[in-house]
Amino acid sequence: MVDIDALFLARLQFAFTIGFHIVLPAFSIGLASYLAVLEGAWLRTGKQVYLDLFQYWVKAFSLVFAMGVVSGLVMSYEFGTNWSAFSDKAGPVIGPLMGYEVLTAFFLEAGFLGIMLFGMKKVGRGLHFTATCIVAFGTLLSAFWILSVNSWMQTPAGYRIDELGRFIPTDYWAVIFNPSFSVRLPHMVLASYLSVAFFVGAVGAWHLLRDRSNHAARKMFSMAMWMAVLVAPAQIVMGDLHGLNTLKYQPAKIAAMEGDWDSEGPAPLILFGMPNMKTEHTDYALKIPVLGSLILTHTLDGKLPGLKDFKPADRPYSPVVFWSFRIMVGLGFLMLGLGLFALVQRYRRRLYDSVWLHRAAVAMAPAGFVALLSGWVTTEVGRQPFTVYGVLRTVDSVSPIGLPGVATSLAAFGVVYLLVFGAGFLFLLRLMRKPPVPGEVGPSSLLPSRTTGITPGPPGGTPQKPSIALVPAE
Amino acid sequence: MMTLPWLDLPLVWAGLLAFAVLAYVVMDGFDLGTGILFAVERGEEDRDVMVNTVAPVWDGNETWLVLGGGGLLAVFPLAYAIIMPALYPTIIAMLLALVFRGVAFEFRFRAITRRARRAWDFAFFGGSVVAALSQGLTLGGLLQGIKVANRAYAGGWWDWLRPFTVLCGISVVVGYALLGACWLVWRTEGDLQARCRRQAATLGIATLALIGVVSLWTPLLNPVFAERWFGWPGIALTAPVPILVLLLAGTFWRGIVLKHHLTPFLCALGIFGLCFVGLGISIFPNIVPPDISIYAAAAPPQSQAFLLVGAVVLIPMILIYTGFAYYVFRGKVVAGTTYH
Repeated sequence: MVDIDALFLARLQFAFTIGFHIVLPAFSIGLASYLAVLEGAWLRTGKQVYLDLFQYWVKAFSLVFAMGVVSGLVMSYEFGTNWSAFSDKAGPVIGPLMGYEVLTAFFLEAGFLGIMLFGMKKVGRGLHFTATCIVAFGTLLSAFWILSVNSWMQTPAGYRIDELGRFIPTDYWAVIFNPSFSVRLPHMVLASYLSVAFFVGAVGAWHLLRDRSNHAARKMFSMAMWMAVLVAPAQIVMGDLHGLNTLKYQPAKIAAMEGDWDSEGPAPLILFGMPNMKTEHTDYALKIPVLGSLILTHTLDGKLPGLKDFKPADRPYSPVVFWSFRIMVGLGFLMLGLGLFALVQRYRRRLYDSVWLHRAAVAMAPAGFVALLSGWVTTEVGRQPFTVYGVLRTVDSVSPIGLPGVATSLAAFGVVYLLVFGAGFLFLLRLMRKPPVPGEVGPSSLLPSRTTGITPGPPGGTPQKPSIALVPAE
Repeated sequence: MMTLPWLDLPLVWAGLLAFAVLAYVVMDGFDLGTGILFAVERGEEDRDVMVNTVAPVWDGNETWLVLGGGGLLAVFPLAYAIIMPALYPTIIAMLLALVFRGVAFEFRFRAITRRARRAWDFAFFGGSVVAALSQGLTLGGLLQGIKVANRAYAGGWWDWLRPFTVLCGISVVVGYALLGACWLVWRTEGDLQARCRRQAATLGIATLALIGVVSLWTPLLNPVFAERWFGWPGIALTAPVPILVLLLAGTFWRGIVLKHHLTPFLCALGIFGLCFVGLGISIFPNIVPPDISIYAAAAPPQSQAFLLVGAVVLIPMILIYTGFAYYVFRGKVVAGTTYH
């Protein structure tokens, strides 16, 4: 039989592999949209700086995307290797959604990625821009389906349970548009945009600190700071809506996030503290009266749930959820702060000269990603001890793989991921260390050879066949 | 809810998933094969050309593997829930190998020092070999049968490691190397092409020999397999398979001798397709030999019908734009001076 240690390691392995993975598609979602905007702006205005920025960032995109593909492939099999009981039972409901993700999004991205990365000279501007937009659209479609799956696990709907304990879909519309999907999807997409905005902003700021006159660095910093000041407040509003939704459908998670043990109203907001699962008390709590009710019910005396409303076996592990939630919220407000700081400097016409603004932006390069990961920790640990909230327990979801098997695979994942994604991260930083330059070349510059007859060759190179279709007259 | 009662949904889905797996095997087969051939192609420039023939398309090729996994979860969840734990070590090894190999596409060009570049070249090669080997082991492990109790895997740690599965593993490595060599004969020119042609000849003979051994061994694993192949009326359907393999082998050889560019690749694809048909004949109607049929493993009809609607519309579209992507990057890839 499965013992608790194998279960814990299986959870750890899933958390580790998806924690690495989630950052990469989030990066791709944000960056693909940014690239589509850059290329669109270039086609519309004809300004070289947009093309330079496109070529600068598309190299990072190809790197991040490749890492996202391989880490995502792992996820699509890990449900079976480590969570086979879950797969058997929930597969009929979530499997087709993941199938749609592959059919509508993954193939679309993969099919047009090659053209987006290497095809600028082969297919012409219009078609190339179309490919970029299709890739960006594909990343969003992928988010749609996978967030639907995730939301269904949080707030299941549209199913019945058959005699074998399997979830049988009765209404796919209700499955896809389950109660938390409408808040979770925008929250995640905005998080991706914000993460990439802060990363792009940091790279721009870093180059501005070296050379204030770098036109492309100015442009990317300015664009990123507009995103910060527009998206950060939108994300805070979205987060608030998400909180209300969670209060309605997953009250135990809210209690764990807030560190509230007794249900009360008006409820205070515990700013900081240390929830203690054994003593059922939040130690060292720093409380602000009434604010908890105000935030979560938008009234002065709304009643909030406490963890004691739930059996000990049904409570999420509050210390993790409590702190990951505070990290996310804290970073969210910091990001808003930086956006406002940049706005002020912009009106004082000091956006490109404010050294402290640039330093702050560099320091906040990972802010979006850290907030995003903290948010995922909050929502996923907060879903425990269930995989399908309230219905299927995590302990009943795991594969019959013993401790040595899971321990070995976990160690292998640990070593390989740290090595591979560590190297990838270094390559990314190395790319970002170079300033964007006029006449920036794209990823094809990395390929030290070319296809005959299609790209222009060097003088005295191999003779060219005449190019056939799809090549624009230049 | 829609259930399409007039359709044999499990049968249709078995066909579609078989198609996805075959698409994966032939497409990632040649790009993994390209990596395997790093063992004999040591020149830096040649290696760049080899990687560039597959760089724009590998990620689409690998998506068929995601469809295979995701599709199995969606429409045959029980099979997914049994096969993955049963073949845990080979699946995990395959995934990790594909991680190495996938990033090596990006990393090898970015490596600055010679040592780093060699390391990522080795990751590309090693990842390709281990991925192919694990896929062969997985296939062999599935063919020899999986022990099941209470809707879950009930066997031991090392059930997947048997002489037969090792033979399957080696066969897939050799077969993928053949696909890779033939692909390169088609997509390259000059010395590299000439060497790949010689490799294709050797690998072609080796592949046919291994196909022979696996084919003779498979019916011995399970009397049901033997009955399907050699009993009447099965033999009327099965006999053409080896005959067609021999015909294609002849055409392949002629293509090699006459230095055709595309013929060997098409023949190698055909041989892979026929092997796949042969596997289908052995296994069908089971999805997890020896006992679990596609009907027992099937998701409820509403799940299968829901995804089928999308598959029928989307798979043809996928094939069209995938074809377009191959078309855009058509033609011979040659080594050039750095591109600036």
